[in-house]
Amino acid sequence: MIDLFGRLEWQELKLLEFFHDPSIDTAVASGAAWMTVVAAIAVIAWITWARRWAWLWNDWLTSVDHKKIGIMYMVIGFVMMARGVFEGVVMRAHQTTALDGGVLSNEHWAELFSTHGTVMIFFVAMPFITGFMNYLIPLQIGARDMAFPVLNQISLGLTATGAALTMISLVVGAFETGGWTAYPPFTGADFDPGPGPDYWVWAIALSGFGSMFSGLNFAVTIYKMRAPGMHFLRMPVFTWTALCTSILLVFALPPLTVACLMQALDRLAGFHFFTNDLGGNMMNYANLFWMFGHPEVYILVLPAYGIFSELTSMFAAKRLYGYTSLVIATMSISVISFCVWLHHFFTMGNSATINAAFGIATGIIAIPTGVKVYVWMATLWGGRIRFTAPMVYMTGFFILFVIGGLSGIILANPAINWQVHNTQFIVAHFHNVLLPGLIFGIFAGVHIWFPKAFGFRLDERAGKITAWLWIVGFCFTFLPLYFLGLMGYPRRSAAFDNPEFLPYMIVCMLGALMLMAAFAGLFVTLWVSIRKRDELAVPLGDPWDGRTLEWATSAPPPPWNFAMIPHIGERDAFAREKADGRPYVTPEYYEDVHLPPNTSAGLIAMVATTAFGFAMTWWIWWLAVASVLGFILWYVVHSFREHPEVTIPAVEVERHHAAWVEAATLNEGVTRDDETNSRNRGRAATDMVVAS
Amino acid sequence: MSDQQTNMHPGLNLGYVGGGKHEESKVFGFWVFLMSDLVTFGLVFAIFGTMRNATAGGPGAHEVTELRSIAIQTGLLLLSSFAFSWASLAMKYEAGRWRFLIWFSVAATSGLGFLIFELLDFHHLIEIGAVPQRSGYLSAFWSLVGLHGLHVAGGLLWIGVLTLQILKFGLTDTIKSRITRLGLYWHFLDIVWIGIFSLVFLAGVA
Ligand code: HEM
Ligand SMILES: [Cu+2]
Repeated sequence: MIDLFGRLEWQELKLLEFFHDPSIDTAVASGAAWMTVVAAIAVIAWITWARRWAWLWNDWLTSVDHKKIGIMYMVIGFVMMARGVFEGVVMRAHQTTALDGGVLSNEHWAELFSTHGTVMIFFVAMPFITGFMNYLIPLQIGARDMAFPVLNQISLGLTATGAALTMISLVVGAFETGGWTAYPPFTGADFDPGPGPDYWVWAIALSGFGSMFSGLNFAVTIYKMRAPGMHFLRMPVFTWTALCTSILLVFALPPLTVACLMQALDRLAGFHFFTNDLGGNMMNYANLFWMFGHPEVYILVLPAYGIFSELTSMFAAKRLYGYTSLVIATMSISVISFCVWLHHFFTMGNSATINAAFGIATGIIAIPTGVKVYVWMATLWGGRIRFTAPMVYMTGFFILFVIGGLSGIILANPAINWQVHNTQFIVAHFHNVLLPGLIFGIFAGVHIWFPKAFGFRLDERAGKITAWLWIVGFCFTFLPLYFLGLMGYPRRSAAFDNPEFLPYMIVCMLGALMLMAAFAGLFVTLWVSIRKRDELAVPLGDPWDGRTLEWATSAPPPPWNFAMIPHIGERDAFAREKADGRPYVTPEYYEDVHLPPNTSAGLIAMVATTAFGFAMTWWIWWLAVASVLGFILWYVVHSFREHPEVTIPAVEVERHHAAWVEAATLNEGVTRDDETNSRNRGRAATDMVVAS
Repeated sequence: MSDQQTNMHPGLNLGYVGGGKHEESKVFGFWVFLMSDLVTFGLVFAIFGTMRNATAGGPGAHEVTELRSIAIQTGLLLLSSFAFSWASLAMKYEAGRWRFLIWFSVAATSGLGFLIFELLDFHHLIEIGAVPQRSGYLSAFWSLVGLHGLHVAGGLLWIGVLTLQILKFGLTDTIKSRITRLGLYWHFLDIVWIGIFSLVFLAGVA
């Protein structure tokens, strides 16, 4: 029995902490642990009660359909976001009591901002953009699936592993306290021998492999599987941004993996990469981390730019203005994003020349971003704009993101950076680009493509109220932080002694409550829409008068996406078909469709890697070895088996396609005036100016 | 349709591949993976570069470099790559699976030989106290050389599994595609070794 559980002991169970030592601090910690456990049990109980296991297994968990995998990424993102938002609110609540003290212990506060940052970046933002890319890329380029469907599922499994490890850390042990960047030596074995940094290392390293493989998969899919005739400059803009993000994923994830694994070697095997003694050098960590970290911000925001581009041209009923400049801007951002990483540590002992060089590079990267803002403005200009929920997000994005971008340019100047480095100014800046830039883009995208995925629209009124809540809540929560930062309040501090900060803290707290309401608003919107789903149904698949290929399918699309692989003659192919009055063509003949079979590879990867990460965190060596060997063995055996494809007979394809085309032709189509009422069934009477 | 014409050189053809040409995507995807792996190696090289003087009074390049053994390892690895090329040619000109397997096993044995010599070196390092816990330099040294060694070990496992598959299924199209990818991987490791050989060992003692 000696080493069966490594260094894991009963006291590590957070559930009991409150009962040993009752206080507000332990109540929050134990409460979160109980919430996690109860929520997990509730979900399992509900699935059992509703007899949904077989459905869950066959239709979702073992599916290799890129659409379903995309939706599962979104589910992970929303679940983790619930945690992230909650932690944000708890932190803001703590800050209002933090004048000369505060309700939470310093350790706990540190754990909160570390988990919040880690969860928001790696397990909210990343799953969101990966989910969108999964869902949209094959549909937009006219393909039936990803280049590597099984690998795609394994990537999902690895992402789930990371999320699972951070959730487990809520219940067993503790997370690290060194922020989402986890700088050693503070997170090294000398200063923090506990499990926290190990949880972080393995959650990030393992999910990082998943992200790298996602990038590889998307890139190969876009390079190799575009429908005939879809040249690069005919691809939808979202696909362009997805391609750039994928390339960034392939090149930017290795530094993160290397940093994590070296940190693991330092901690577990006594190496000296980043330690204070015997030749270790923590600057190597800072460089590695930000060689990933800066491209990462563009990994996250480029797909959101893609969504905003699709959105403006869709809701202005115009062709995107300056497509080529947008593509060039996106490519330039991808390249330059590798040349600016040092701006995250101007204060950490670089020479003035180096700081100047990186400051200038950082200023330069703002130029292509500026180009994009003009492209969107010019697209909206003179369009017949419909002010739908996505447009509300777009408005918030336009105004707020520009503020965030400008504060970024201010920060690019090393001299100013020295003044505000590590203050709340930074916190304001990055929330200012992440929320309006990325999160608003995602939610706008959810409004646009939800009808495609589920066959009914989201309720407009609830959606708009939620969008406004996000915008107003954001302003209250984060804009005051700019002033707090200039007043000299450092970030990541558990307490403060200047009474002048307090009013700002209270405003931020109210804002955070608004954001919590906004987050709840998302679920209210979903609930209202599900109840009204018959009224909101758009089975014909084109509710917004869309321009790109994904709208030329039913909603939801069949598992094979397209009855025939389309041939592409120009950009915005579907828009042209509609303008010419010949959409929904019936192919001359149908063919059998071959699809990859279901597999449990992703689940096996997830179980094995979660066990591995947990084992490495708690030094349960036998489990670590067993999970690695087990996975390798499974993989080898798997490679000996044949995996016959599933064949969908041509008649089946024909039946589905013909029924849809017939329904679409019978429907007289809805004009844009009736877009948001129940006359919209997903057949658009087009309102587009194709040539403009 | 000119759109559907493809040249079969992996990595350059970015046109549409539908239907039966999926193997080409796999090879292309593997190139992308190798690029990513190359970035990984490049970063570990860079870290090694910054740490080459961080010996903290412990053993340095002169103590850890045994040029004779390194020369043998280099020879074995190059031989292995060379044999793999012959195996690939045997596959291409359909010289039969036994001809293929002979070259394949030459590649495997010399790869294994490389690994054995490397392990002997590591053993020697432990004996003289040049363990990675001793200094930043040794941490970086062990990680870089060890990362390459792990890759070679993984490649050997892959060779073993493929051999069994060839014996079981013969040289089918799926297996040929796997061999092609393994070949890329194997030659890639050779190139990385040249980097290690010159930057870690030769430059270390020069
Ligand atoms: C929704 C409401 C949110 C609230 C109330 C909130 C609140 C906070 C607070 C109080 C901090 C700590 C600031 C400090 O160090 O003093 C923080 C840090 C952070 N937040 Fe948020 N946040 C929210 C949303 C987000 C989102 C959506 C993201 C990213 C997608 C995000 C990413 C981060 C990151 C990366 C940190 C830095 C953590 C660190 O210091 O290592 N947050 N947030
Ligand atoms: Cu940056």
